[in-house]
Amino acid sequence: MIQLEKLHKKFGRNQVLSGVDLSIGDGGIYAVLGPNGSGKTTLIKSILGMVVPHAGNVLVSGKNVRNDWRYRQNIDYLPQIASFPGNLKVRELIRMIKDLRQKPSDEDNLVQLFALEPFLDKKLRTLSGGTRQKVNVVLTFMFDSPLIILDEPTTGLDPAALIRLKGLIQREKEKGKTILITSHILQFVEEVADEIVYLLEGKVYFRGSIEQLKNKTGQIDFEHAIAALTTPTANA
Amino acid sequence: MLKILKYSFYDLIRSRWSYVYFLFYLALGFVLLFLNNDLSKAIITLMNVIIVLVPLIGTIFGVMYFYNSKEFTELLLAQPLKRSSIFLGQYFGVAGSLTLSLVLGLGIPFMLYGLFKSDAIWNFSLLLVTGAFLTLIFTALAFNIALSNENKIKGFGYAVLLWLFMAVIYDGLFLMSLIVFEEYPLDTFSLTATMFNPIDLSRTLILLKLDISALLGYTGAIFKRFFGTHTGLVVSVSVLLLWTVLPVWRLSAKAKRKDF
Amino acid sequence: MGILRQNLIIAILLLGNFARGETLRICESCQISSIKEGIAIASDFDTLLIKKGTYREFNIVIDKPLTLLGEDYPVIDGGDQGEIITITSDHVTVDGLFIINVGTSYTSDYAAIRVVKSAHFLIQNLVLEKLFFGIYLEKSRNGRVYHNKIIGDAVDEYNSGNGIQLWYSQNIVVEQNIVQHVRDGIYLEFSDHITIKDNFSSDNLRYGLHFMFSNNDVYTNNTFENNGAGVAVMFSKKIKMNNNSFKKNWGAASFGMLLKEINDAEIRNNTFEENTVGINIEGSNRIDYTHNDFINNGWAVKVKGACYTNTFSNNNFLYNSFDISYNSKLNDNVFENNYWSGYTGYDLDRNGVGDVPYRPVKLFSYIVNRTPETIVLLRSLFMDIIDFSEKVSPVFTPDKLLDANPLMKKIE
Repeated sequence: MIQLEKLHKKFGRNQVLSGVDLSIGDGGIYAVLGPNGSGKTTLIKSILGMVVPHAGNVLVSGKNVRNDWRYRQNIDYLPQIASFPGNLKVRELIRMIKDLRQKPSDEDNLVQLFALEPFLDKKLRTLSGGTRQKVNVVLTFMFDSPLIILDEPTTGLDPAALIRLKGLIQREKEKGKTILITSHILQFVEEVADEIVYLLEGKVYFRGSIEQLKNKTGQIDFEHAIAALTTPTANA
Repeated sequence: MLKILKYSFYDLIRSRWSYVYFLFYLALGFVLLFLNNDLSKAIITLMNVIIVLVPLIGTIFGVMYFYNSKEFTELLLAQPLKRSSIFLGQYFGVAGSLTLSLVLGLGIPFMLYGLFKSDAIWNFSLLLVTGAFLTLIFTALAFNIALSNENKIKGFGYAVLLWLFMAVIYDGLFLMSLIVFEEYPLDTFSLTATMFNPIDLSRTLILLKLDISALLGYTGAIFKRFFGTHTGLVVSVSVLLLWTVLPVWRLSAKAKRKDF
Repeated sequence: MGILRQNLIIAILLLGNFARGETLRICESCQISSIKEGIAIASDFDTLLIKKGTYREFNIVIDKPLTLLGEDYPVIDGGDQGEIITITSDHVTVDGLFIINVGTSYTSDYAAIRVVKSAHFLIQNLVLEKLFFGIYLEKSRNGRVYHNKIIGDAVDEYNSGNGIQLWYSQNIVVEQNIVQHVRDGIYLEFSDHITIKDNFSSDNLRYGLHFMFSNNDVYTNNTFENNGAGVAVMFSKKIKMNNNSFKKNWGAASFGMLLKEINDAEIRNNTFEENTVGINIEGSNRIDYTHNDFINNGWAVKVKGACYTNTFSNNNFLYNSFDISYNSKLNDNVFENNYWSGYTGYDLDRNGVGDVPYRPVKLFSYIVNRTPETIVLLRSLFMDIIDFSEKVSPVFTPDKLLDANPLMKKIE
């Protein structure tokens, strides 16, 4: 599904990605983890074409994405910070995104699922952070694309909504989709992820299943295993 | 691009600022006509407004919109849309709504006042066309500034500086160089220097209508050809077009390479 | 026949005291078939009735008091040979002829019709085309040039002549003539007590009206339009110029009116519209400018050199690029009670007179005088700013030059 070849990116003097090689196959849930500033979001944005890498290639479904935009038809993206034009009402926003993508969508079920009906005619500016995130989730999952990218999807969600989100993710996975997630909530990652991609200093530091991670680090607990990864000396 | 344009445009049409802008011009038009009772005089006053205020409002509004619609932009960037259409769409949305406010705001009072029956209609249309050009140009320049500066305050600062330079400082430097080099033939220089500033250019375009008697008072052959024939009009309008196209082109080129 | 009868009556009335003469008919098939022949056999105060037709004659000398009356505009074609009609006698009337093809010469000023040292003449209803000089009055008195149409085809100044020229002539009325496309429309030199009225002079190469060393003349109700350099009035005294209109004289050396060394003149109720310079004044004193309209000129009034004790009152200055331009810091002229469209003051006591004075001379006009190319900065914000600062504290412009009582409303 996605191939990253020797991806380099720096912002000013700050080298964020320094030669990321990564191949993600069809189907399954992949969690991109790493300490703050390790380049998770940059990686995701490179895949989306929002960040233009200095060197290296990004291939989605075997095609280089440089200067292309049509491939995004096949990606549903949930941005990290749910920031929308404040002037719009929720209903208008949904209609606008539908209009822009021109794809079949099923927003009604999702709106119902997250109990957003009362907010449909409110302006986005007036919504709370959690509600806005729900809208964000609706906008992402209402289309049916083979690749889903979720950047910190759990931010601001209440437990009930979180459970529904997990359900959604599982449902999509069962359809055979590829799902890419970044999150700081390790419990959430542990629950949903099939595979972990761990970024450190702009490189893929670890790649494998949670079991493999635990084995490698010799920790029983996922959280500790991650912590052990970041301090390799403790392990040596 | 048209879809983005549509959404930006609707977004703006509903925002408070375009109403303020529209009402400002409406009030200005009515007040001018009410106070002067004379179309010709009102048009002279309007000219000052157009070459000073329109660029200022275009610049400020352009920068402001760009920064304020950052979320909208980011939302769009993840959608299957061409980058240049996102930015050009937004640009034309802003410039279009500003132009519309200008044309309607000034047009309505003058129309009610019997513009169509007056000889002043050509002068007035020229004013509106020039105003539209200035809006397009300065909004484009503002977008360029905003796109190159992540920092809002810096972006605003540069935008205001740009306006100040084009509206005042440029002419000061221009005048000084004319006086310093007064011994040399200067008509080519002064016409060229006019071309490099869209505000001066628009002013010249209006002068061709309002002050042609004074402009024809000079002996320089190039002046004569420029002001005495249609050359002046054609050249000025083409250069204004160039001034519009270049920043828009840079905007779309720059947008392609930018990270978000 | 009606026109003919009318003309006859006029002719008879004019010559009433003298004319007891007979009428001789001239036509191709008549007994008399040429004008020269007619003049030769006519007695004093006879009328030569010239029938429609083409008469190829030139150097026609009218040396006795006669009336030459054309019927249905007979054509007198000079064939570019020289002068066509020369009047050397008093009491001559020439009426209703179409005169064409005057010879051009670099040594003599050939005219379509010339009056030499004669009095009591009447030249009317003529149409002159393809001419060198049109009507040339030389040392003549007490005559009238009425209702003629002079259409030249002048291209260069050096080989073209003037439409109506008066030289050392006195007490003459030039009225209701149309003069176009010649060098100077109407030219006066050393001619006093002349009245020029209701003429229309346009599209001439040089001046619509040109005055030199001519005193006590009056010109009223004339229109001067689109002439190469407008109207020039020079070295003359006691001229009255009323109700004339000066329009569209555009160009580097163009003006509505040029006054040079003119003293004690009166300029009233004139309209100066869309000229590069409305009035250009040099070395002219004691002139009274009242009730004139200066509209859309580049410069309404340009004052050069020493001009003293001139008064500008009750004029309208409307939308001129510059109202007044001065090239010196001295001012002895008075501006009072004019309406200035550029005035931005207020009238708190509502007496129709602005409470703050108006300064018609802008710093920018001073700068443009110095460096003409700066004109491209006209109406720029920068110029408005420095004009404003000059207005607040005058440094370069005469600080006493102001209209202390500017009117709030245009004078109708």
